[in-house]
Amino acid sequence: MQAATKPEAQPAGEPPPADRLVAVAGGFEVESEVHESVQAERPVLEIDRFNLWYGSKQALHRITMPIPNAKVTALVGPSGCGKSTLLRSVNRLNDLVRNVRITGDMRLNGDSIYDPRMDVIELRKRMGMVFQKPNPFPMSIYENVVYALRIDGESNRGVLDEVCEISLRGAALWDEVKDRLQDSALGLSGGQQQRLCIARAIAAEPEVLLLDEPCSALDPIATGKIEDLIQELRGRYSVLMVTHNMQQASRTSDYTAFMYLGRLIEYGATPDIFTKPVLRETEAYVTGRFG
Amino acid sequence: MSFDRPRRLRSAHAGLTAHGEPWVWLTAGSLATAIAMIVGLLSLIAARGAATFWPVPLEQFELADGRRLLGEVTGREAAVPGGEGREARPERMLLRTAGFAENGSNFEWIDVAAVRATSRPEWATVFERLEGSRMHGIPLRLMHGEETVAEGPAAVWKAYEKDHPAARRRWRQALRIDREDRGELQRRLRAARLAVVQARLDAGAGSDAERRAAEAEAQVQEAVAEETRRLDERTAGLREENAGWAVEFETASGSVTSVPLDGVVRAWQPNRLGLAGRLGVYASRWGEFLADDPREANSAGGVFPAIWGTVTMTLIMALLVAPFGVLAALYLREYATSGPVVAAVRIAINNLAGVPSIVYGAFGLGFFCYGLGAGIDELFFKASLVADRQPVFGTGGLLWASLTLALLTLPVVIVATEEALAAVPNSMREGSYACGAGKWQTIRRIVLPRALPGIMTGLILAMARGAGEVAPLMLVGVKKLALDLPVDGTFPFVHPEREFMHLAYLIYDVGFQSADSQAAQPLVFTITFLLVAIIALLNLAAVWLRARLRRRYAAQTF
Repeated sequence: MQAATKPEAQPAGEPPPADRLVAVAGGFEVESEVHESVQAERPVLEIDRFNLWYGSKQALHRITMPIPNAKVTALVGPSGCGKSTLLRSVNRLNDLVRNVRITGDMRLNGDSIYDPRMDVIELRKRMGMVFQKPNPFPMSIYENVVYALRIDGESNRGVLDEVCEISLRGAALWDEVKDRLQDSALGLSGGQQQRLCIARAIAAEPEVLLLDEPCSALDPIATGKIEDLIQELRGRYSVLMVTHNMQQASRTSDYTAFMYLGRLIEYGATPDIFTKPVLRETEAYVTGRFG
Repeated sequence: MSFDRPRRLRSAHAGLTAHGEPWVWLTAGSLATAIAMIVGLLSLIAARGAATFWPVPLEQFELADGRRLLGEVTGREAAVPGGEGREARPERMLLRTAGFAENGSNFEWIDVAAVRATSRPEWATVFERLEGSRMHGIPLRLMHGEETVAEGPAAVWKAYEKDHPAARRRWRQALRIDREDRGELQRRLRAARLAVVQARLDAGAGSDAERRAAEAEAQVQEAVAEETRRLDERTAGLREENAGWAVEFETASGSVTSVPLDGVVRAWQPNRLGLAGRLGVYASRWGEFLADDPREANSAGGVFPAIWGTVTMTLIMALLVAPFGVLAALYLREYATSGPVVAAVRIAINNLAGVPSIVYGAFGLGFFCYGLGAGIDELFFKASLVADRQPVFGTGGLLWASLTLALLTLPVVIVATEEALAAVPNSMREGSYACGAGKWQTIRRIVLPRALPGIMTGLILAMARGAGEVAPLMLVGVKKLALDLPVDGTFPFVHPEREFMHLAYLIYDVGFQSADSQAAQPLVFTITFLLVAIIALLNLAAVWLRARLRRRYAAQTF
């Protein structure tokens, strides 16, 4: 099944070029190729005809994609294709950017994210996010992990201790830091800091975990650890991950979406996308012949 | 065009501009010049300031015209040959003769060629008098009434060392009674008197309230009169014991002067002192300088009220300016949407830093003293205004001075805080928002702690700037003499309405407003030295605090 995409603002007269990427570059609207396998999953997050503009420049074009529950979904595509913008739209971090305008909606377990009645702080409490560059807060490891609970006013030491241990274990960091929980988080290595950020993100049991190129600032060994960790998170958390790295996407994700210039081009189960994509444009990209 | 041989487009020679040695020299030279000037200034102040209290030998000169002078040599000038419209001048030296009481001048230039004989009389003594300037002379007699207790320099000095401390102790006791106990009585009287006026204002003339207040006042007056009689007895007793004790000495010119024993603040014989003795005198003079009240129109005695005033004013200013500045900067950087209005506000704040400080003084006087202060008086201190025509808050005082300086240093704090906030990486804020934190939670838990060291730096700069200001303070509460401290042991301990003394103003006063600027010069250096030291101490405290904070939030890159 294919998501219906109404063509808008196409150059008049000419038929769109056969190559979808060329068509997109030429300003034509193209339809997204969304596989049956994705539609069969229960979605945790539904992105529904989502458009986003930075000022007068449109960055996302009618993105319609369901994110399956308890699965790892990877967003791939060349730089500037809107992957991170889409991710940051999920927890409305783009609200902080001036001149951003959106249409369409997203739904988190059925609740409209862009409903004017939706409290953005309550919304963000239901999600976790990990950024490109590790950004531990300038406080102790312990306080970093329980930050989300602290801002909710939780002060029961027992609860905090338990959450801290569970989260750090969940982020495969417990054994390395259990003896120095009160040390500054800034003293950890880059890979440890990133795993700490993951622990912080999963501490509040998020309904969806957003990873924005979590390994791009890390060395190969740290990257390997994070990838292993993502494997472990699979099944317990719904993960939406942006990555530049094809191997990483194919190794760690269940589903992969290929984006190009703000459009969703093809979206399906990871093995399908990497071995038998419907579109040859996708094949060209994932095999490295383009992009 | 062939590619056989590469074409040489670039010179093989790397010139001076590439290596850039001249720039290293230029930058290093600038820094060295700056350091040299700062260190030079500070060492001049430190050397001159620290030397003021060191006991210098007294030398006696017999001149060709038959005069005899006894004093400290404080300067020498080489001979200046004549010619080309210049007058020739012989080699001469400046002698601190301390002869003000005799011939109206403390200093005298003497022609080196006219000196017949030089000596250092063993018993030459410096007398620091309570009233009148210091004098140099040789002790003759110690008198008690008509009776001569001791005669001859050695015996007099021995007796002086025995009796002088007790006499001074009694004098100090009497002074404390006069100032503190009697001051307290005066305050009680005034409070009772004002209560009557207040009752009349509140309830009308002839009302019950006024009658009750008047009765209370009569009781207070009775109690105070009783207490005053008691104090009179005590001070009279103390003064009786001291009366008659006097020390007589002969000055270099041969005249005999008598000084009451309790009127000698300190005496020392520099020509007889060893190193330990000199150190003792030095320490004692520093002790008086740091801990005592000023005497003789601030040209002698101590500067304790000024130290106290400077420190309290600076601290209160810091306490006032820190929250204001930080909150204002927080709004500007974190909440306000950047646009032409915010840009205009920012420019206006930067321009405020360039407004002459006297303008702030005038504003403080007009707005705080005559505006706010007068309003407060009208509301709460009407009685004082009606009865004594004496404003409480409607004139200069510690609070208004601190507020004026807080306003003056506000731009420094705002600019520094804004810089510090801007230096907090946005990824921190986003990380916090992504955890579901609100804006204020993010600011309080993430942004402010990260920015705190930078904010402290701004506060340090503001304190240094504020502590060294004089011009605005002259208008809003600093006085030449104000012995009632703005923070002291009498209820309610902090008196924000009181006028106070300030070291920086004291420099101006002693250096440029005193009768004998030559005699005051060393003291000016000492006060400057002290002010710089206090500012340095305050800053060191803040730097220490900042280092602690920085260690807690140390940014470590990987």
